[in-house]
Amino acid sequence: MAFKGVLRPGLIQIRVLNMGEAINHYQNILGLNIVTTEADGRVYLKGWDEFDHHSVVLRQAESAGLDYVAFKVDSDDYLREIEPRIVAWGLEVDHVPAGEQPGVGPRIGFTLPTGHRIELYHQIDMAEDHPGINNPDIYQRRPEGMGASRFDHLLCYGPNIGKAREFFCEVLDFYQPEKVDLPEGDGSLAIWLTASNKAHDIAFVEHEEPGKLHHVAFLLQDWNEVGAAADIISINDVSLDIGPTRHGITRGQTIYFFDPSGNRNEVYAGGYTAYPDHPVRSWDFDHVGKGIFYYERTLNDRFLTVLT
Amino acid sequence: MRYRVTIENSSEIYPCSEQQTLLQGMEQLGKRGIPVGCRGGGCGVCRVQVTSGTFSKAKMSRSVISEADVSKRVVLACRCTPTSDLSISVVGKMERALSSEHLIQTEDDVSVAAVG
Ligand code: FES
Ligand SMILES: [Fe+2]
Repeated sequence: MAFKGVLRPGLIQIRVLNMGEAINHYQNILGLNIVTTEADGRVYLKGWDEFDHHSVVLRQAESAGLDYVAFKVDSDDYLREIEPRIVAWGLEVDHVPAGEQPGVGPRIGFTLPTGHRIELYHQIDMAEDHPGINNPDIYQRRPEGMGASRFDHLLCYGPNIGKAREFFCEVLDFYQPEKVDLPEGDGSLAIWLTASNKAHDIAFVEHEEPGKLHHVAFLLQDWNEVGAAADIISINDVSLDIGPTRHGITRGQTIYFFDPSGNRNEVYAGGYTAYPDHPVRSWDFDHVGKGIFYYERTLNDRFLTVLT
Repeated sequence: MRYRVTIENSSEIYPCSEQQTLLQGMEQLGKRGIPVGCRGGGCGVCRVQVTSGTFSKAKMSRSVISEADVSKRVVLACRCTPTSDLSISVVGKMERALSSEHLIQTEDDVSVAAVG
């Protein structure tokens, strides 16, 4: 197997202000399926094309934003071996026992110099309601709403993104398909990192305030589905940010909108196939408008300042 | 019932029903002055101080509106609906953007209105 170590961002826990409104949004608008609601009030959901028990966890809280994102790794051995490497790089590692989330085994967690909590895990049950395996049909049931097929990636805002890049690339064996350079010096304003063939599993923008969430993205199949998602946004009066449009960076076709607590969501299709031997695509600061919004060719205020 | 909302920073005045948030009322009429962000009480860019009048409010993210803010009537325009005529002043996070781009646009609107 050529694809080892970290497999993908598999779990994300998002804070919402009102669970009823959040469930309506993530279930009926995005089209995720509810897997279970647990005694502590957290609600677990998944996309129709995901095999694992769940991928999205909603937690009602006083503030919106990101609790953590957890990456699935290929084995228990990897999880054991990676821990001392994380510690040697300089991060404190804590342990989350199996069962803290239903169906999920032990996890390890740490906080990046950007202020974001990252976790790693290997064991997770297969979902009861999983995609077909033997002579599989393309889907089991027509999905609701936008029909988001899976949790795809996230964009985080915080300080020290150069350190985050070093950590992901040197310790977790990610690579960097794309970046935006700062106008001066050799630092980056924004970086796209992946452990896979996707143009990004996680991305960062340099920002003063630590631990901020810019968006959580879900995968659609194609540009037609992005158009249908735009229809659903208008039909349901969902708070729109921008789109449908395309990113120059990653080349994904996209719409940004907000959940009822103000957390930004994206539905996304396309994008190029990344390989670790490809050159790092890079954008000069004065071309960043086109990089982010390829059709508008200009950044809106909201992209840089509206975060949870 | 429709109420009159005055944005003190820009002297913009617009009608807003008790069914709408202060931000919706402004946005729907193509008015400017309060920065528009998530519209869900999460990001804090629509912070305003209500200087006169009464309103009702929905849950706002604690990380952008503290209890001290609320006691000074500093709230999020996207989570408040008017229950009387209101005066508000835009405060907080996006004052920077407001003083440059948004305010210029607002002044344009005002001058167009004055001419028209
Ligand atoms: S627009 Fe985000 S809190 Fe009001
Ligand atoms: Fe994205």
